[in-house]
Amino acid sequence: MLSYLVKRLVGIIPVLLIVSIFTFLLIHIIPGDPAGNILGPHAPKEEILALRSKLGLDQPIFIQYFNWLNRLFSGDMGESITTGRPVLQMILMRLPVTLAMTLLATVISILIAIPLGVIAAVKQNSKTDLFSMLAALLGISVPSFWLGIMLIYLFSVKLGWLPSIGYVPLTENFREASKFLILPAASMGMVLAAVVTRMVRSSMLEVLRQEYITTARSKGLSELAVIIRHGLKNALIPVITVIGLNFGYLLGSTVVIEQVFTLPGVGSMVITAILGRDYPVLQGVLLFITFFYLIINLIVDMLYSFLDPRIRLS
Amino acid sequence: MKKGFPFLHEESIICRLFRNRLFSIGAIVLIVMVSVATFAPMFTPYDYTTHNYKKRIAPPSGAHWFGTDEFGRDLFTRVVYGARLSLRVGFLVAIFTAIGGSLIGLLVGYYGKWLDSIVMRIMDALMSFPAILLAITIMAILGPSMLNAILALIIVYTPRLARVVRSAVLRIREMEYVEGCRSIGCSNLRIIFSHILPNALPPLIVQVTITVAYAILAEAALSFLGLGEPPPAPTWGNILSDGKNFIHMAPWMTISPGLFILTTVLSINLLGDGLRDVLDPKLN
Repeated sequence: MLSYLVKRLVGIIPVLLIVSIFTFLLIHIIPGDPAGNILGPHAPKEEILALRSKLGLDQPIFIQYFNWLNRLFSGDMGESITTGRPVLQMILMRLPVTLAMTLLATVISILIAIPLGVIAAVKQNSKTDLFSMLAALLGISVPSFWLGIMLIYLFSVKLGWLPSIGYVPLTENFREASKFLILPAASMGMVLAAVVTRMVRSSMLEVLRQEYITTARSKGLSELAVIIRHGLKNALIPVITVIGLNFGYLLGSTVVIEQVFTLPGVGSMVITAILGRDYPVLQGVLLFITFFYLIINLIVDMLYSFLDPRIRLS
Repeated sequence: MKKGFPFLHEESIICRLFRNRLFSIGAIVLIVMVSVATFAPMFTPYDYTTHNYKKRIAPPSGAHWFGTDEFGRDLFTRVVYGARLSLRVGFLVAIFTAIGGSLIGLLVGYYGKWLDSIVMRIMDALMSFPAILLAITIMAILGPSMLNAILALIIVYTPRLARVVRSAVLRIREMEYVEGCRSIGCSNLRIIFSHILPNALPPLIVQVTITVAYAILAEAALSFLGLGEPPPAPTWGNILSDGKNFIHMAPWMTISPGLFILTTVLSINLLGDGLRDVLDPKLN
């Protein structure tokens, strides 16, 4: 297990390196001088020169990259052009909102997808199966931000059950905070549930065709025991990987969803950074979220190899 | 496995496609959507920029099927003209992604070794970025326009397609007939394009179809955030963004355009599922 972990960690290093190079180079692909682009076309020449010196843009690009990487290792992601605050500090302040929403979306997707996928597989080719697959197809076709607006219309405007916009910190009042997170999480979770449902159904169908399922039935076990204890347990293993892979989709979706629901998360910080041409913040968010996603995938890989010993033994 | 285009040797392939219910329904709906977008002036007498302040935020009616927006512009007209842009982005991204991803996947999958290691690590790194976040960042740097949206989405989706093609190539290159081609002196390029590519087409076609749907949804998200084609050009995203501000008093500004988008993307996904069932059932 340890050697598998080491092998995976070593394998991730080149990917992390390329991600860092790409993120670093982004600011340099903008046509023109990066400092001039940050300050705008009417900025005085002295200010541009001062910013170039401050950001180390007067150095060769390899030196700039190694200095930037060196600062990253010590937790320095630079400072926001508009607020002057450390980028990492800004991200960490807003991270709880985004994480809470993403985790809740994952839970919602699992709660919908697993029962729906299992029933669709067990009752293959029935009307239930057809309905489940149609619902899943609708789910992957719907824009998540439109779904969010529709949920606002139904649950806030028409029924008045939940608030449409705003936020209360989780640490301040957990119950109130949850009310603000349900609709945004549901918008993302329902779309992810569609993807996971198809995977659960596919995986379950494959498992139910295995000989050990026939053996379990011939031993006299109830159908429920066969499906849950023997079928679902094995069918869920690849589903975990799909959920992990789609975590990146959820993290990316937060940019749009936080705009719809006016949530003060990392995603909405991206939009503010774009409007303010705050490229250090953009770089920082892109890097942070990508690294976070890579770590989540590594954890999912480890979990997968723990649940299925054939993976680490191969 | 046959050389050439094996799945086309089976004459019934077209019949099998149209006998597949998913493919048929998807194809018909998509043809209708594309026709409405292409021949937009025949379906609506209005111009998508004409303001009519006497009919601001009007509900759906015989004169305005989807109602009007805050400037009195006919929403059905804006949605239909917006479809032109979204479908154009979707198909252009899919075409260029198919070309780029296929070339990359074919070459690295066939030659392997250091080329595979280096290129696929770069592809893995690009796929590590959450797709929409990467697209947003590229758009933020390049500036909002349809061309930049297409470029950003090509960068985002090419690695995914390259991976699919590479997986197919790794499987096909070990086949005996490929070995046979080498032994009679076929050049590597001939083997790749005449023998391997045709057999890698089924998963490629399915993935390209999926990419069209993803690209349309991504473009809608980008323009919702104000990063797409700037106003007054109608895009599905900016129509929904405007509608969101009036959800309390004019929900039709969001419901009808959203259903139009959903129907279009659903038809493409139905098409993709049908193609997969017929061309490459193993993927199901």
